[in-house]
Amino acid sequence: MAEQQPIIEIRNVSKRFGAVTAVDNVSLNIMPGEFFVLLGPSGCGKTTLLRMIAGFELPTEGQVLIDGQDMAKVPPNKRPVNMVFQSYAVFPHMSVSDNVGYGLKIAGVSGSERESRVKEALELVKLDGFGARRPNQLSGGQRQRVALARSLVMRPKVLLLDEPLSALDAKLRAQMQFELADLQDEVGITFITVTHDQDEALSMAGRIAVMNKGDVAQLATPADLYEFPANRFVADFVGSVNLFEGKLTLDEPDRAAVECPGLGKVYLNHGVTGPHGADVWVAIRPEKILLHVPGDGKAIRGAAEDAPEGHNFARGQIKGMSYLGDITLFDIKLESGAVLRVSRPNMSRRDQEDFTWDDKVSMHWRADSPVVLLN
Amino acid sequence: MGFLARRTPVAPLEYTRRWWMRSWVGLVLFFLYAPLITLVAFSFNDSRRNIVWRGFTLDYYDKAINNASLMEALLNSLTIAALATVVSVVLGALAALWLWRFRFPFKAAAEGVMALPIVVPEICMGVAMLVFFAQLGFPSDLVWPFNLGAITIAHITFCFPFVTMVVRSRLTSFNREEEEAAKDLGASEWQALRDVLIPHMMPGLVAGALLAFTLSLDDFVITFFTSGPNTITFPVKIYSMVRFSVTPEVNAASAMVIAITVILTTLALKLQSRMGSTPQGH
Repeated sequence: MAEQQPIIEIRNVSKRFGAVTAVDNVSLNIMPGEFFVLLGPSGCGKTTLLRMIAGFELPTEGQVLIDGQDMAKVPPNKRPVNMVFQSYAVFPHMSVSDNVGYGLKIAGVSGSERESRVKEALELVKLDGFGARRPNQLSGGQRQRVALARSLVMRPKVLLLDEPLSALDAKLRAQMQFELADLQDEVGITFITVTHDQDEALSMAGRIAVMNKGDVAQLATPADLYEFPANRFVADFVGSVNLFEGKLTLDEPDRAAVECPGLGKVYLNHGVTGPHGADVWVAIRPEKILLHVPGDGKAIRGAAEDAPEGHNFARGQIKGMSYLGDITLFDIKLESGAVLRVSRPNMSRRDQEDFTWDDKVSMHWRADSPVVLLN
Repeated sequence: MGFLARRTPVAPLEYTRRWWMRSWVGLVLFFLYAPLITLVAFSFNDSRRNIVWRGFTLDYYDKAINNASLMEALLNSLTIAALATVVSVVLGALAALWLWRFRFPFKAAAEGVMALPIVVPEICMGVAMLVFFAQLGFPSDLVWPFNLGAITIAHITFCFPFVTMVVRSRLTSFNREEEEAAKDLGASEWQALRDVLIPHMMPGLVAGALLAFTLSLDDFVITFFTSGPNTITFPVKIYSMVRFSVTPEVNAASAMVIAITVILTTLALKLQSRMGSTPQGH
């Protein structure tokens, strides 16, 4: 992989619309066959970046290279990439077959070859037999498949997808996440997807670039992004997280401690390599905190009475609960007044009865669970 | 069945079952269509003075068709309307595209000026046209159909803004991503226009063409000022006939024009629904 030439190279690209900087000096290399996701809140510049790859926007500064070729003077209709638009942009006055065959027709592909390739593409997206239909006779999910087939039939080097699942309902979205990943596996084309939905990004991507205010905040695999966020923005944007401000009071190769006014002293079983006394942030994911009844309270299955050796420990009172079926979320008010979000899997059918509002609870978490962030 | 239906109480939004709503609708329909129905009915009236019903005849249709100057006027009108429609649709559609696609200084002013021919009283337009063509020394002694040039130009002037309005409002519902999708799939600017934008504009183009055609066909005021002795149009001819007496011949000729418009409108609407350009959900 390291020796391979990137299929898309973004070199110091900036895009300004008047006084607004949409993309600010971004450099990215995207490898052939990758499922790459640009993730970020709305207005972070991810769509602008995608549109610059497609050729609908031109960079104010910097270069976009596709397969080693500078795209500065190449219009969208001459680029070896195809795009699936957020609205799908299926042509309403053409049948499904005509939609899928449109690009081939423009390219001058002969009738019989066109027919067989359209058929093949429709089979790929599981729409065989829908060729004669009109787009207004299709559901949203089917229309998206038409848009996919219409792009894939062109055999592009890179397929660009702009918020491909945002218009679908939750069930269908979850199903399409898997299908898109499978499809990408099958065709072996590089996929670049833009999304603001972190679940979508985590489930489909090989690598994710999290964008914030026109800049890449972190570029990593889904697991690294979630477990080792590089900064507060990523920790907060990807998944939910408890963030506490503190001072680094101990930093040795095999242990560290952060004194947090809100949470107390947090111990880690590894070094942080930050300057001593530095202002840092501690991030703890809700599912990494274990909950139990303190002292002589009712015995809770699977949880120790007190914090096991080497775990961090805190006390509080349940102020909020929300039962979500698979998990229950608790908002726990600490003695300092700060609120800690804890999630707990409902592993047996009566787990949700273990705690209720105003219960006093203890919490503990492993010394390798918190992440210390320097910015 | 009937008495069962009467038993169900009138629901709050069932206005069509209220007597006052029914009579109101009836009155509206009466005042809209009674004159037209009278006109057509009396075109079959066997009477020189077209006031009392004297029996059925087709004589006046025969007379109207054999009235050479009336037929010449009708042919003039149809020719002018056809030419004005074609040019207006092209010009109007281009203007609509221009206003929709681009941002430029004084765009609001440009739109205002574009709407001017719609809001300026027709009589002023007519006088303006008369003066304009006189100043220009526009030749009035050309052979048919070139002698209709002045009227056609005048008609285009007030027809094309209507096309622009209709097409432009149609364009606001266009999803720009469709055009981008076409280009993304390899289409040039021209191919994207032909394959995606124009099909979307089609209902607007058809509606605009119908508007332009009917506006041109029945225009009297502006035509009156721009027509010469050899370029009488149908409305001008009818006017001059009515000045002598309202005979069933006038009715017959008018009924024929109504028939032509109804047939053309029906055809256009049929054509439009056959193309089935239903807008997409987004």
